[in-house]
Amino acid sequence: MSLLEFFYWLEYSPLLVEMRSSPWLFPVIATIHLFGLVTIGGSVLIVDLHLLGFGLSHQPTVQLARNAERLLLVGILIMLATGLLLFLCFATKYYYLAPFWIKLTALVAVIIFTFTIHRRVVMDNERTRLSSKSVAFTSILLWIIVALGGRLIGFP
Amino acid sequence: MSFLSFLEWLAETSGSIALHESRYMYLIVLTVHVLTLCVFVGMSLIVDLRLLGATMRNVSVSEMITRLAPWIITGFIVMVGSGSLMFYASPVDKYENLFFRAKMGMLVLAGVNIWIFFKILSRSISEWDLDPAPPIKIRLAGGAGIVLWAAIITAGRMIPYQQYWFD
Repeated sequence: MSLLEFFYWLEYSPLLVEMRSSPWLFPVIATIHLFGLVTIGGSVLIVDLHLLGFGLSHQPTVQLARNAERLLLVGILIMLATGLLLFLCFATKYYYLAPFWIKLTALVAVIIFTFTIHRRVVMDNERTRLSSKSVAFTSILLWIIVALGGRLIGFP
Repeated sequence: MSFLSFLEWLAETSGSIALHESRYMYLIVLTVHVLTLCVFVGMSLIVDLRLLGATMRNVSVSEMITRLAPWIITGFIVMVGSGSLMFYASPVDKYENLFFRAKMGMLVLAGVNIWIFFKILSRSISEWDLDPAPPIKIRLAGGAGIVLWAAIITAGRMIPYQQYWFD
């Protein structure tokens, strides 16, 4: 089965056909997806702005990052669960959309980056100013690509 | 001149028509509006969760507010600016939209909540500034903030779907 056939099979499964026939289910799931956006946005910005010397810049980095990481995980869970449902509704349409694949690539990249390199720098009390700023900048940039990609997917 | 006839006049201005008919401009404004949610509501959420005692319990409430306020206020200005442009693009449709009206009503309530916090509740801030979980009335204000912003986002997201719900 090719990837496109797999997407076709998902999109036309009984559950998804049922979901599309409801006029309000899609916007409701899209709304919950926005709650995830806000949660991720807040928890990412609070740490990355701190690393850049803004916002809660006087707070100890490790403790701040631990607090924010819990929120970030909640946000990512909301985003993945609702995002998967939104994707399944129109899987074969998204197969042909470049912004979808760009978003997905940036999303995988930013999740891996956040929990490896970014995390290592944040949790290391010996971090340099340069490493702090570069991981914060990279994280914000990747999340912006993910968010913009998401917005472009929804364009008419 | 009634408010509605003012809006009808506004809808006929060349700027409104240009924005309404534009291929990209409206979508760019909408994108700015949605993505600024991360700054404005994202930061407000962190402050409200702090008021609830649910996050950043080791950071004083006053530090959270003073350090994050510039970002929240800047975000709010961008939200209102981009939101006003979208209203300007189709003023009569927005005015008649029930989700839009609900959103505006709840924005007023969110404003009242913030006003109560700064005018009344924050007078005693020195007593609970460092508390991991502030007193119940403070937590209520934080909880009300989260519920209101969630409802405002929901109403905003539903504006284009009015006909599915009511017509």
